[in-house]
Amino acid sequence: MNVKDFEFISQLLYKRSGLVLTQEKAYLLESRLNPVARKWEFKGFDELVAAVRASGNEKLLNDVTEAMTTNESFFFRDQKPFTQFKEMILPHLLQNRSSTKKIRIWSAACSSGQEPYTLAMLLSEAKAQLAGWNVEILATDLSTEILTKAKQGVYSQFEVQRGLPISYLVKYFKQDGDKWQIDEKLRGMINFRPFNLLSDLGALGRFDVIYCRNVLIYFDQPTKAKVLDGMAKMMPEDGFLLLGGAETVLGISDSFKLIPGQRGIYGLTPQSDPIAAQKAS
Amino acid sequence: MKSCLVVDDSKVVRMVARKILEGLNFAIIEAEDGQQALEACQREMPDAVLLDWNMPVMSGLEFLVELRALPAVQQPIVVFCTTENDMAHIQQAIEAGANEYIMKPFDSDIIESKFSQVGLI
Ligand SMILES: C[S@@+](CC[C@H](N)C(=O)[O-])C[C@H]1O[C@@H](n2cnc3c(N)ncnc32)[C@H](O)[C@@H]1O
Repeated sequence: MNVKDFEFISQLLYKRSGLVLTQEKAYLLESRLNPVARKWEFKGFDELVAAVRASGNEKLLNDVTEAMTTNESFFFRDQKPFTQFKEMILPHLLQNRSSTKKIRIWSAACSSGQEPYTLAMLLSEAKAQLAGWNVEILATDLSTEILTKAKQGVYSQFEVQRGLPISYLVKYFKQDGDKWQIDEKLRGMINFRPFNLLSDLGALGRFDVIYCRNVLIYFDQPTKAKVLDGMAKMMPEDGFLLLGGAETVLGISDSFKLIPGQRGIYGLTPQSDPIAAQKAS
Repeated sequence: MKSCLVVDDSKVVRMVARKILEGLNFAIIEAEDGQQALEACQREMPDAVLLDWNMPVMSGLEFLVELRALPAVQQPIVVFCTTENDMAHIQQAIEAGANEYIMKPFDSDIIESKFSQVGLI
């Protein structure tokens, strides 16, 4: 692959998804795009690139973009963000939304669904306290292909063993040969839909909790800042933003500040510490 | 350093599990069947047990039932690790007192993930 092709494809990716493809990742390009070339019956990588250059075929451009995304995800990824949901975020919302009894949660790059399903399981565990409440989980991703998998909720034996407690496997999954499908009820709790984080976030409405994990890491600083500032406008004063283990707002956006004592959870600035407020009341 | 009793009638499986768990800083004791495992526990309770199901002399499930009946200050955390990959077996194991369940084939990621879920690492 020549330098011009690399630059062309990385520009296309950047424009369509915000993903920054660095030179060191050039090796990924051919291995990820060869299956796309096969699917579209091109003779090889070069012919695919030529077609992408020549065409405005949305479907082809989408396939190329989606092929370059990293979709890895696990249930209860990193554990902590979900323990915090159960022990801190949910109790806070139960107390502070008791007049409206309405909670909106957004999984902003949900990939194959493990993140929103983890939240659905935790909400199910708290169903006694949530009786009469209206809890909405919106789960979005750029890739329509990965969303199809997410909606089906079918996972391999390997996938259900990374992070998912065995008691939850028994409680919330049905076995079908060597595949495991998540309960219909849990699937019904989540609204899956395609959404690009580069587009106008305001269109989605307001959220009490946003999980935006392991996606900002692929963006450059200005794109990260734009997404974070956009998310800040979608939140009430006491909303919660959860980022991935290698992601931060520090030095990128002033819209959020770290919630004291809660690694990886951010709130709006200026804002009183929700945990202190909760303890005081 | 925490200790883990690896119970499996396959020498190869014990060796692979030992390698992974030593990498996670566990001291390893080995047993070839449930009976040997029980004797090891009566001598000294380990912090964790990685347990196969189908073994000669005494099965993993029989061992678990006996183990949970032993008077011990600190019962070990038991993680099944078996080719019995169906819901009925998993439920039976949980009812008998298993803390976690690994379906073979396993790799180091799965062992690490399961051991950290139950607070062993
Ligand atoms: C590594 S996964 C993260 C999954 C999950 N949040 C987690 O932490 O396990 C990253 C996801 O971001 C999605 N993605 C990449 N660029 C995006 C964009 N511009 N808008 C929406 N989603 C995007 C990819 O399709 C991919 O599924």
